[in-house]
Amino acid sequence: MLIDLGIAFGRVAFVMLFVLNVAALLGWVERKQSAIMQDRIGANRASIFGVRALGLFHPLADTLKMLTKEDFRPARADRLLFELAPFVSVFFALVAFATIPFGDTLQVAGRVVPLQAVTLNVGILYVFAMLSLGVYGVMMAGWSSANNYALLGGQRAAALMISAEIAIGASIMGVVMIHGSLNLMEIVRGQGQLFWGWLPAWGILTQPLAFVLFVTAGIAATKRIPFDMPEGESEIIGYFVEYSGMKFGMFLMTDMVETIVLAGLSTSLFLGGWQVPYLVADGFRFPWGAVVALAPLVVTVLQVFAFIAKVAVVIFVLMLIRWTLPRFRYDQAMRLGWLGLFPLSIANIVLTGLVLIAWGNP
Amino acid sequence: MNLRQRFYLVEVLSGLALTAAHFFRNMGRHTARALGRSGARGAVTIQYPEERRPYSPRLRSLHRLVRREDGSPRCVACMMCETVCPAHCIYIVADEHPNPEIEKVPRRFDIDLGKCVFCGYCVEACPEDAIRMDTGILEFSSYSRGGMIYTKEMLLSLEPADAAGRPRSPIPLPADRRV
Repeated sequence: MLIDLGIAFGRVAFVMLFVLNVAALLGWVERKQSAIMQDRIGANRASIFGVRALGLFHPLADTLKMLTKEDFRPARADRLLFELAPFVSVFFALVAFATIPFGDTLQVAGRVVPLQAVTLNVGILYVFAMLSLGVYGVMMAGWSSANNYALLGGQRAAALMISAEIAIGASIMGVVMIHGSLNLMEIVRGQGQLFWGWLPAWGILTQPLAFVLFVTAGIAATKRIPFDMPEGESEIIGYFVEYSGMKFGMFLMTDMVETIVLAGLSTSLFLGGWQVPYLVADGFRFPWGAVVALAPLVVTVLQVFAFIAKVAVVIFVLMLIRWTLPRFRYDQAMRLGWLGLFPLSIANIVLTGLVLIAWGNP
Repeated sequence: MNLRQRFYLVEVLSGLALTAAHFFRNMGRHTARALGRSGARGAVTIQYPEERRPYSPRLRSLHRLVRREDGSPRCVACMMCETVCPAHCIYIVADEHPNPEIEKVPRRFDIDLGKCVFCGYCVEACPEDAIRMDTGILEFSSYSRGGMIYTKEMLLSLEPADAAGRPRSPIPLPADRRV
């Protein structure tokens, strides 16, 4: 009993610490990566006893600044909703990572532990439910601020979210059809198969169109550039105009956490999750016949590192997109969502169904 | 827009290729520089207070008063600079010079740098070449307006910049700043 409790706690703690720490680190990654892309150096002045560590202390300095700032609330704001909104926003972003598997199973004290925070048969639906609920925090922030600009920003966020969520849901249907499961662990296991004995059956190869649609709609759902018209930090005003201090910081953190969730989800659905090519439960089995036997613990560690490395690569690409593209206009984003992504993902479902029927495997 | 541009994805990918190429080129240069393999810089940024670009010799920087060989100001308090100054930032009080060969000497020569527009007219107008703007000092600041007024003694103590345009005099600290 106590061991079960400890194992459950350990799974949740690993995922929680992973997401929170990477979210804090993303602030640094974003600054440095954008700087290097633009031939700059990036923030490097924050130091502790003269040690600058490439600007790694800047997230710390930011947090300290936000914690010590005045926590302002407009006089006519709806007090309950105003205080609640950032917590709702960041809470649903944080719990969304729970069903994403970061490894296969691990033997602990005679028990087979799946390496994900929560084992759910409807894992994908859970992640989307949580991500969609996140928009309530944004709308609450816009509504409760008693500020017309904040309200309009919240409205833009809601409209963008709806047009993106539908495309997200429809685009992953192809993956679900191929693997016949909504369980993310099963989907990742299914991607361990090999085509013709050598090509890993990753989702990006079986569902390339769905991958592009999913990433596009996913960026829209995280409300980051090029789909950042809910906030539009460079000129238009967004839903968090009236927020200051750490509550504002929590909205920023929501964006970072949602980026990690999007990266973890695209990794699990399209990049083989924790799968390392040719690595099976007892070691490497290469298509040319070579076999490298490995202990189960080594295999698990390799899988976890593979998952983290893939997530890092996806985050790099997401950051690259964020610092390359200009913002879509409101009507352009709506048109892209409803007339571009949505019909294409429906077409992808039909095409996948036809191919599955032709190949004869359900 | 033609079909390729309307489709957008191709254009997005070419844009991403450009920024990614910049990223990897700069990252390679930063790494090579950190390992001491190459001197190429990965960024065009200059780390300003520690690193400075050489200034042009024509740059108009903080004024200085030129000294005679005995250390007294070359200025003869003719009021030409005070008259020509469009910002009215120069204030001179004249005095008798002990040497009868020289007509006058400034008892006070104040420049209010809070008002100065760095037009350089005072240098142009001076018949004695007694005021120059060649110290290479651009950073001077103060917490008060009074601290921006530089007196004769302060202006006389400044040296011209070296050949690379770097200041030879220490950058004057604001009078009201406690270090």
